[in-house]
Amino acid sequence: MNAPKLLEMRDVSVTFDGFRAINGLSLTLAAGEMRAIVGPNGAGKTTMMDIITGKTRPDSGSVRFHGQDLTRLDEPAIARMGIGRKFQKPTVFEALSVRENLLLSLSGLRGPFSVLMARLSGKEQARVDHLLDMTRLGDFADHQAGGMSHGQKQWLEIGMLLGQEPELLLVDEPVAGMTDAETMATADLLREINRTRSVVVVEHDMDFVRALDVGVTVLHEGSVLAEGALDTVSADPRVIEVYLGR
Amino acid sequence: MRSFVRFCLVAAFCVGAAFAAPRCARADVFAGLASGQFDTVAQAITELAVSGSPQAGAVLGALEQHQLFFTPDGGLFLRDGEAYIDARTGQPVATSPEGLAAVRLNNRVRKALAGARAGMDLFSADRAARLHAATTLYERHDPAALPVLQQALSAEKDAAIHKELALAHAATILAQPPADDQLAARIQAVAALRATGGLEARGILAGVGANESENAQVRKAAQEAVASINWRLRAWSIGQNAFYGLSYGSVLLLAATGLAITFGVMGVINMAHGELVMIGAYVTWLVQQGVRSAAPALEPVSLLLAIPVAFCVCGGLGVLIERGLIRFLYGRPLETLLATWGLSLIMQQAVRSVFGPTNIPVATPGWLTGSFALGGMDITLNRLAILVFAFLVLGTLMCVLRRTPLGLEMRAVTQNRRMAALMGIRTPRVDALAFGLGAGLAGLAGVAVSQIDNVSPNLGQTYIIDSFMVVVFGGVGNLWGTLAAAMTLGMGGKVLEPVIGAVSAKIAILVLVILYIQRNPRGMFPVRGRGVES
Amino acid sequence: MNRLFPSTSGAQGFAGVARMAVVVLVGAVVLAVASLLPESSPLHVSAFTVSLAGKYLSYAMLALAVDLVWGFAGILTLGHAAFFALGGYAMGMYLMREIGARGVYGNASLPDFMIFLSWTKLPWYWWGSGHFLWACLLVLAVPGVLAGVFGWLAFRSRVSGVYLSIMTQALTYALMLAFFQNGFGFGGNNGLTDFKDILGADLHSPVTRAVLLVITGVVLALALMLSRFVVAGRFGNLLVAVRDAESRTRFLGYRPEQVKLLIWVFSAMLAGVGGALYVTQVGIINPGEFAPANSIESVIWVAVGGRGTLSGAVLGAVLVNMGKTVFTAWLPEFWLYGLGLLFLVTTLFLPKGLWGCLNPPPVRRQKTSRPRFPARKEMRHECAKTSGNA
Repeated sequence: MNAPKLLEMRDVSVTFDGFRAINGLSLTLAAGEMRAIVGPNGAGKTTMMDIITGKTRPDSGSVRFHGQDLTRLDEPAIARMGIGRKFQKPTVFEALSVRENLLLSLSGLRGPFSVLMARLSGKEQARVDHLLDMTRLGDFADHQAGGMSHGQKQWLEIGMLLGQEPELLLVDEPVAGMTDAETMATADLLREINRTRSVVVVEHDMDFVRALDVGVTVLHEGSVLAEGALDTVSADPRVIEVYLGR
Repeated sequence: MRSFVRFCLVAAFCVGAAFAAPRCARADVFAGLASGQFDTVAQAITELAVSGSPQAGAVLGALEQHQLFFTPDGGLFLRDGEAYIDARTGQPVATSPEGLAAVRLNNRVRKALAGARAGMDLFSADRAARLHAATTLYERHDPAALPVLQQALSAEKDAAIHKELALAHAATILAQPPADDQLAARIQAVAALRATGGLEARGILAGVGANESENAQVRKAAQEAVASINWRLRAWSIGQNAFYGLSYGSVLLLAATGLAITFGVMGVINMAHGELVMIGAYVTWLVQQGVRSAAPALEPVSLLLAIPVAFCVCGGLGVLIERGLIRFLYGRPLETLLATWGLSLIMQQAVRSVFGPTNIPVATPGWLTGSFALGGMDITLNRLAILVFAFLVLGTLMCVLRRTPLGLEMRAVTQNRRMAALMGIRTPRVDALAFGLGAGLAGLAGVAVSQIDNVSPNLGQTYIIDSFMVVVFGGVGNLWGTLAAAMTLGMGGKVLEPVIGAVSAKIAILVLVILYIQRNPRGMFPVRGRGVES
Repeated sequence: MNRLFPSTSGAQGFAGVARMAVVVLVGAVVLAVASLLPESSPLHVSAFTVSLAGKYLSYAMLALAVDLVWGFAGILTLGHAAFFALGGYAMGMYLMREIGARGVYGNASLPDFMIFLSWTKLPWYWWGSGHFLWACLLVLAVPGVLAGVFGWLAFRSRVSGVYLSIMTQALTYALMLAFFQNGFGFGGNNGLTDFKDILGADLHSPVTRAVLLVITGVVLALALMLSRFVVAGRFGNLLVAVRDAESRTRFLGYRPEQVKLLIWVFSAMLAGVGGALYVTQVGIINPGEFAPANSIESVIWVAVGGRGTLSGAVLGAVLVNMGKTVFTAWLPEFWLYGLGLLFLVTTLFLPKGLWGCLNPPPVRRQKTSRPRFPARKEMRHECAKTSGNA
């Protein structure tokens, strides 16, 4: 943990109508690190992502990205700072083609007037082609995204995430509903991405987490239960009790 | 003993009367009546009333009936059929006196007569007569009646009449010319009038307050009293408006609960809801017509009969609409909105074709007409009944939602449709019933509206926008929110109305709701949590 | 819900819109010329027909405006007639002042209704109403500013779906009530009417009417092409993205409220221009134009023509209004049945509208599969979502 801190959550709590979804959660991520977050249903994994990306405002605690407090910012501002998010349920713009989806995701123009006046540049064209290659969607570039398979949508969404060129990627259950082969390919893709960017992955699939071969944080009832390598963590009796043991 | 008191009273009244009109004092009151001069007659009437003469009642009664005659020599006779009775002795006279002339009445005489009768009625055995007499004396506040009032005040046992007498007494004291030795009594009188309030008291007190020759202390008290009464009158008028607001709010509540339920369960705004209200009103009329021709004896309760009929007719229509139209548009709330709008146009035109475009006369049963006073407010029975009815409906609805299996299923579908479906709830059935329930509630609103508003094919349009406002203001899935929103909008509109005018009040309310929704997009009682998508 | 919207990419082709623009232009010119032929000519059309055509084309502008926000941004507006009417009033104020001393009371500076209210000077908001250019500015600015304020408040606080529709309805209803008031300064019940001329040209002369019709045609054609420019490029894609998955665009760093606001204000201005063209040719603007029913009717024009297709909106507005003219002349009491049925039939059986049926979206390659029709359960889910958050 000598690398500079990229993301730091300190003592974060949030309550929904009396239910404590996140309870004094603290988590630190170094620049360039990839981290897997595991935990049973209701452990607060998705809510944690909601807090980082500005969808949910915490009741207390602080979230710092490059030392800047995120809790006062809204989603677009946080996204523009370089935090990208992939949802549990793949969310792409179904009425648009794959290419148009990727084009919209490209970092750069964000104001409505600049988008209105935008014309496709050669550079943007090249970036989209590169993303199509990387996500193996080149053959489907002009297909409507709504007609793609579940796995293809997952990949398209990851492609869009890369188009944003974020420093930190938050990936929520990327391999849910994928075949084993697709799962392993996704693990490779994430490791590839991790070379240049930091990644937080939420996942249930232990084979996938093992394949990623990264540090694991176990969440339980809204706070951190254990942290470390997968083998260490899965040997922890408390973890076995709340999660793996069941 | 009693006659002695009466005697003293007479003396006192005579002094009072002499004080009021010194030149007319005379020993023989009957001679005054026979004088032929209006002023003298009026004076004599007042004297006679308090004289204790056993003839007074009969004489004054005859005078009222134009049956009192006088002769040029001062004789006074009552005509009884063909016979004449001597007014002084009460004995019939054998032969008709010579030169009889009727004692004539003018306004002054009539007023004196009314006051005199009231003064005498104060001691009547009839409670209603005493009360009426006290009220008359309060309105007349003639200083001459003061001694009688004081006497009656000490004799009266009935609390309500006593109160009215005290008022009359206070008003009469203030009607006397100011005198320093009366200071305490006058201040007390001002306080009494101030306590009772009302336009009459304000008039008297304003007169006292403006009187230059009045003692400064009394004047000041009177002016303060006028201000206090003005304030109270304003407060009552606000109260009155609040009542109108509550009544309008209860109509909105009836109209909006149905909307809120369908919106909550199905996410559908039924633009034809107003037309269902309109149909409910027409059903009321039809039921009244039917009862009138089939069983006239039941006519007073035909309105009650209309309640279940309207609920069933509109509810049935609602189920039909849901099965025949809405269910093909699930997941497309905006299209549903357009389709139901189309439906509303057709329903409006259909009613216009069948019943004509003009208002139909829905009868208000006798037991709902009229009003009563609550303090300074006028509470009309039909509006009160609607208020009660709305709360009864809301209460019943809450029981249905909380205590019945259907209610449980509806709440489940409202909160999480997919989960409810997975739990084995047949959501299509719940949808149809929920829509039917909403429509039935619209029918009930129609029954209520028919009692306070014109019933025409355009009726639905009158209430629909306000009902929408209630639904968006109150939020979804919580009837308390609907209640609070309906009452807030109803009251807000009516309370603002006298201040800025009816139309401006409506505009102001719309703008306020629009602004409120910006701050609280989910209404007053929002559902929160991670499950709520933005 | 997105599946029920037509895809915009490619569906709104340049050729289709340009063709419609040309049709509008040619139609307006032909009618205008025909109206100037001598009455004996078999090709002559009456002044009534010309003003009717002008009315249809003005309504087509309104339909175009509604389509931009409903078809492309997914905002079902039930209050767009308000912007139309505001544009109409802005132009009407100028036309009122042009009457000058020819009014009943012969006052050179005050319109008749103000004299009737015994006002002695123009209220401040009538300032500049004597100048045509100022009127043109107001035609754009008043609807634009109102839409800007309303939209900014609504979109920023994420009011959407049915809620937003109801709010727009309340907006136009409130404006209607306000304009009905005499004290509001726009002629109350009667509105603004009895216009004499525009820029010195007699409004009742056939030439002026013909020119106005051509101008309307030109403006509508330009509006079509401008709208196409807005919705066809990357901004159009962004609109669709916001329409279908608003929160997703936020996580990409876009501010959907700004996107919506831009199209909303643009649309309101288009509607305002439509209203201004309307008032010059129809000769009257009154508070009835604000009636919520008018706004909803304009939505059905778009639905009939084809939501999400610019040409369809124009087509729908013209067709439905022609139908209305014919219907109300022959069977007045059946018009409401007809209109009601139109709502039902269009929403149930013609979700893509006439244009969508006539011009199915081009098939892309061989493997392109239109997304399957949503299973009932999914639809229910959408529905549940809507009820939870609408």
